[in-house]
Amino acid sequence: MSKDFEPRIIAFCCNWCSYAALDLAGTSRMKYPPNFLVIRVMCSGRVDPQFILEAFRRGADGVLVAGCHPGDCHYIEGNIKALRRMTLLKRVLEEFGIEKERFRLEWISASEAEKFVRVANEMLEKIKPLGPLKIEEVHRHG
Amino acid sequence: MDKPKIALYWCASCGGCEEAVVDLAEKILDVVNLVDIVFWPVAMDYKVEDVEKLPDGSITASFINGGVRLSEHEEMVKLLRRKSKLVIAYGACSSWGGIPGLANLYGREEILRYVYHEAPTVENPQKIRPQTETRAEEGITLELPEFLPRLLPLDLVVDVDYYVPGCPPTPEVTWKAIETLLSGNLPAKGSVLGALDKSLCYDCPLNETKPEKVLIKEIKRPHEVIADPSKCLLTQGLVCLGPVTRGGCGALCIKAAMPCTGCFGPLDEVIDYGGKAISYFASIVDYSDEQEIEKALGKILDPMGIFYRYSLPASRLRGKITIAER
Repeated sequence: MSKDFEPRIIAFCCNWCSYAALDLAGTSRMKYPPNFLVIRVMCSGRVDPQFILEAFRRGADGVLVAGCHPGDCHYIEGNIKALRRMTLLKRVLEEFGIEKERFRLEWISASEAEKFVRVANEMLEKIKPLGPLKIEEVHRHG
Repeated sequence: MDKPKIALYWCASCGGCEEAVVDLAEKILDVVNLVDIVFWPVAMDYKVEDVEKLPDGSITASFINGGVRLSEHEEMVKLLRRKSKLVIAYGACSSWGGIPGLANLYGREEILRYVYHEAPTVENPQKIRPQTETRAEEGITLELPEFLPRLLPLDLVVDVDYYVPGCPPTPEVTWKAIETLLSGNLPAKGSVLGALDKSLCYDCPLNETKPEKVLIKEIKRPHEVIADPSKCLLTQGLVCLGPVTRGGCGALCIKAAMPCTGCFGPLDEVIDYGGKAISYFASIVDYSDEQEIEKALGKILDPMGIFYRYSLPASRLRGKITIAER
């Protein structure tokens, strides 16, 4: 495995908590790995499992979904829906052959900039040794 | 004027789609009145060379069922594509891979090893396997098609004009599709013919008994419960995929008190049927605690087989991503 492998990780962050935590990390001048491409969504409950599958398909080496802590959801229970979906999705991802380290669901409140930085570093450390996620193109046109 | 020419071909399928055409019953006579069938291996004695002799583009429509699993399938669908104005993926296997597509969870070597050596019903002490080329005693070489690394839906091998869904498509859907094709008023390329553009729930006779908010505490497997055929099956704990499955089947399974398994496939705009089905179904499991959610969903023993039953090769990831030749 090449030592300079830099994973690309997609982070779906909810508008009300996790994205605010990310903002706070930035304004507080905390350092976090540049490997994370952040997509702001209104709620973790907006993250359709299809988005995660599509992210892996298009070359993501890892996916993080971050939402408000249970009980804190701006939409009351969007994060609980995310929890239910991701619980089932995780089992399917495993059967697809995607290592469990590549996918993570975390609750990160607007004040937990440090938690975001910790989660990001942990994910990166765990994904690096796995190497890039390779999905072969399978069509036989032409 | 000559009647439009139609071809029918099967690839990796069970034969149910061929049966579905025959299930048109006396309507098949109407079809034969309207078109000439120029190729249909299961029912008529035309050979491949008869197709090869036809001018390119001279077949009005080829109905192809089954996924592409053998080199022979690939050659035939490419030949039919060349000879046809329209290619129609007929049935779930051709459209998204279908049940044989679940084999994409395993590599080619794993499948061959199991089927020819390890399956409990197999006795093969000499470890004989089919070869693409065999020298026979008389000095002639016998050939067999190659088993491809994966099963592919038709549209990953050739350009597909229309899809007819179902496992198999019902006679009504088949007839509607044929009518649409013969009307001359063709829908946009890539359209699904003969079915609805709304979900099965829209067409379901039990829809009235579906509460505004469905929540499930305990998931039941079909053999664990005698379902009340007059009540929405979701409210009885059964995993019914009606809400995310294209309607148009006439709710046949539901009328037999069996939940929808999704054979009419995704609605427009859905890019991964299984992902969508997981999204919908998990969200109605009525627990908030992580352990309780896990326990309730644990009742689904085979999520891949439930949510990707007909669509694994057409999913975003196509099957197991690291098919190592172990």
